[in-house]
Amino acid sequence: MEFLRNTLDKLRPNFEKGGKLEKYLPAFDAMETFMFVPGHAAKSGAHIRDGIDMKRTMITVVLAMIPCLLFGIWNAGHQHFLALGQFLDPAEGLSEKIIFGLGKVLPIVVVAYGAGLTVEFIAAIIRKEQVNEGFLVSGMLIPLVMPIDVPLWMVAIATIFAVIIGKEVFGGTGMNIMNPALTARAFLFFAYPTKMSGDNVWVDATPQAGEAVVDVYSGATPLAQAIETGNDVTTINQDPLTVMDMFLGFMPGSIGETSTLACLIGALILLITGIGSWRIMLSVFAGGAVMAMIFNALAVNPFMEVHAMTQLVMGGFAFGAVFMATDPVTAAQTNTGKYVYGFLIGFLAIMIRVFNPAYPEGMMLAILFMNVMAPLIDHYVVQANIKRRLSRVKTA
Amino acid sequence: MYTFASQTKVPDPFCMAESVKIRKGLNIKLKGKAEKVYVDVPISETIALKPADFTNVRVKLLCKVGDEVKSGTALFSDKDNERVVFTSPVSGEVVEIKRGAKRKILEVKILADKEITYEAFKQANPADLSREELIEWLCKSGVWPLIRQRPFEIIANPEDTPKAIFISAFNSAPLAGDNDFILHGHGEAFQTGLDAVAKLSGGKVHLNINANATASKVFTNSTGVQINKISGPHPSGNVGVQIHHLDAVNKGEVVWHLSPQDVLMIGRLFMEGKYDASRVVALTGSQVKKTRYHKTIIGASIKNMIANNLEGEDVRYISGNVLTGTQIDADGYLGFYDTQVTVIPEGNQPTFLGWLAPGFDKFSLSRTFFSWLTPEKEYALNSNMNGEARAYVVTGQYEQVLPMDIYPVQMLKAIMIGDVEQLENLGIYEVAEEDLALCEYVCTSKVDVQHLIREGLDMVKKEC
Repeated sequence: MEFLRNTLDKLRPNFEKGGKLEKYLPAFDAMETFMFVPGHAAKSGAHIRDGIDMKRTMITVVLAMIPCLLFGIWNAGHQHFLALGQFLDPAEGLSEKIIFGLGKVLPIVVVAYGAGLTVEFIAAIIRKEQVNEGFLVSGMLIPLVMPIDVPLWMVAIATIFAVIIGKEVFGGTGMNIMNPALTARAFLFFAYPTKMSGDNVWVDATPQAGEAVVDVYSGATPLAQAIETGNDVTTINQDPLTVMDMFLGFMPGSIGETSTLACLIGALILLITGIGSWRIMLSVFAGGAVMAMIFNALAVNPFMEVHAMTQLVMGGFAFGAVFMATDPVTAAQTNTGKYVYGFLIGFLAIMIRVFNPAYPEGMMLAILFMNVMAPLIDHYVVQANIKRRLSRVKTA
Repeated sequence: MYTFASQTKVPDPFCMAESVKIRKGLNIKLKGKAEKVYVDVPISETIALKPADFTNVRVKLLCKVGDEVKSGTALFSDKDNERVVFTSPVSGEVVEIKRGAKRKILEVKILADKEITYEAFKQANPADLSREELIEWLCKSGVWPLIRQRPFEIIANPEDTPKAIFISAFNSAPLAGDNDFILHGHGEAFQTGLDAVAKLSGGKVHLNINANATASKVFTNSTGVQINKISGPHPSGNVGVQIHHLDAVNKGEVVWHLSPQDVLMIGRLFMEGKYDASRVVALTGSQVKKTRYHKTIIGASIKNMIANNLEGEDVRYISGNVLTGTQIDADGYLGFYDTQVTVIPEGNQPTFLGWLAPGFDKFSLSRTFFSWLTPEKEYALNSNMNGEARAYVVTGQYEQVLPMDIYPVQMLKAIMIGDVEQLENLGIYEVAEEDLALCEYVCTSKVDVQHLIREGLDMVKKEC
């Protein structure tokens, strides 16, 4: 540590004003502050400060996503072997499944972080600002909302697009209007629909030499099946899929989204630490449940009959509610606004799913739409406060 | 000396007490609370008045180096309101007028006499004086600056009549002194002070006591005031929060406030006819060996209090509390309004991977550090920022520690863009720096909240 500190102190003059590498100060600074919390003492205002900072906040969110990532790695292997008719029981072939999953998922994670951080560092150098920690989270979110079969170059392009167009053009972390990770996903969804939707992208069913895909195989996600069959959904091997199976996540889907349980563990971490907004999470689930129950009552097609509970555990609903809707920058910022914002996300997500089967992942579109609407919600909440203050004068 | 305790015990016309439950806020548990013992340490030889303690006051100097002054002799006045004078807390000789950049006056230093002599002021029962006379004596003697107003948190204007006057009987800030202890036995002077204050108010006088503690009889037996009970975590003791809940300030309205020790000084002024600037100050903080209460005087140096009484080398001396106080030198002087001195460790050392550490020794509103498992633990927090400034990312944090119906982030953003009309709408008249000090403490993005709030207040005041 002493050595590291001394090295950094020795290197620092090169990056400071007048130094050879002056331009790259933001990059050096990011590295330095990554290793050492700087010894900056409070200069004005409060003399003591809360232990938390942006790095701690972001790393906590990354930590909360780890259960989803781990489950996603395993599930990538599980679905693969299901398609080949091997290790049908979830308890079997743990190491094979994990090794397979690691081989598929890790490269996507590495590419997302690599592409995104490169853009972030360049943007910081151009703007002469410090590198923001926001991408630590986006870089993990992006892989988790990708299908397992997504080509790596697409991950890179989507990430670069999301960071530049979704974030940096607005001024960087804290200034963006739409969630960068969902911007990446939406970009691919509309630019390369065949790679982001349909029945063939969710499971890596490529057989090795001497293996074959089972005859009954169909890569359709439960969400896609429900359009035709309502509550009766199956695994990729046409075995019935229970609500509990879906809750645990034994189904095809984007890498990190399938297990509602893993999402809830993440939610627990976010709620205990106080980083995630319980108001948003709660109201997203409430909004989704209400819409699903309204559909149940008015059902005219199989998808409308799908139970509320099933709707909430299918697709990316839980993942979106826990990790995407709660992004504080793009969500409503007032406490009252958060209830409205969350409720409408849940409500719209189920509505889009059911009314527009071309977009089975209503969650992504609902969140992006509400990202745009969030400032409007806040505006009205703040106006109500102003009205309260003015009415105080009149009644007094 | 007059004794009129018996005369003032009239039936209380304001028996309607209110109680306010504050739910939002945060008690930062620090090491080094003052033990309830007075320690006898001689008051420093020099004392100083610091114009910077008086917000928005433009100084007009009334003394020069070498002048002999008594306690109560005017040293300087406010250019914009020359009735408001600032008088010497002791008798002695003006030895230095310390100036800073642009010849701004930083300190007016007095070398104190061994025996203090006093200017003679009116000795009278406040009840017998007219409001105008009362104000005149308060101004002349130099106790007027103790009375401050909302909006803007500046010294009250003697020409105004406030719609109410507020006294917070308790201080909820970290390690703050206990007023129940400090005022013990001063019932008469306190009541006399209250009688004077009551005359100044255009409406009620609110005396707000802590519902979670047994308030001193000095407070509960007070008459002529409305006694309200306030409960909850800091900043429940902040008068701004109390005003917001009891009688909020609207545009065009003025509310005055002062602290219990200020009321005591006003009481002594009329009982004894002299400006007695003695103050009880709590010496607190993790770096103080013996944290005790000191009987001292406004503007005294902290030198004698901390002599042979410190732990550690690199420490920060704060006149006031850790959230709102002013950093001073080891031989620096007490602020005019401060009743507390806090000494904490400086935090100017980098920490290796500090943002990843489990953080048993870090206190946080969030539960991202394992310290949340030990809620009763007391901390020796240092002055480190614990991170770097960033754009706003996290939301809802300020709202957890600001018990007012006010949108703090929206207000700060309005200040950043200079939108005065929006600031009025959002309630800038109701706040002062201290009310949002906890917001600054909890801020993940390390925004200078208090500095911004003052900027906003100045901006709005200029437009008024």
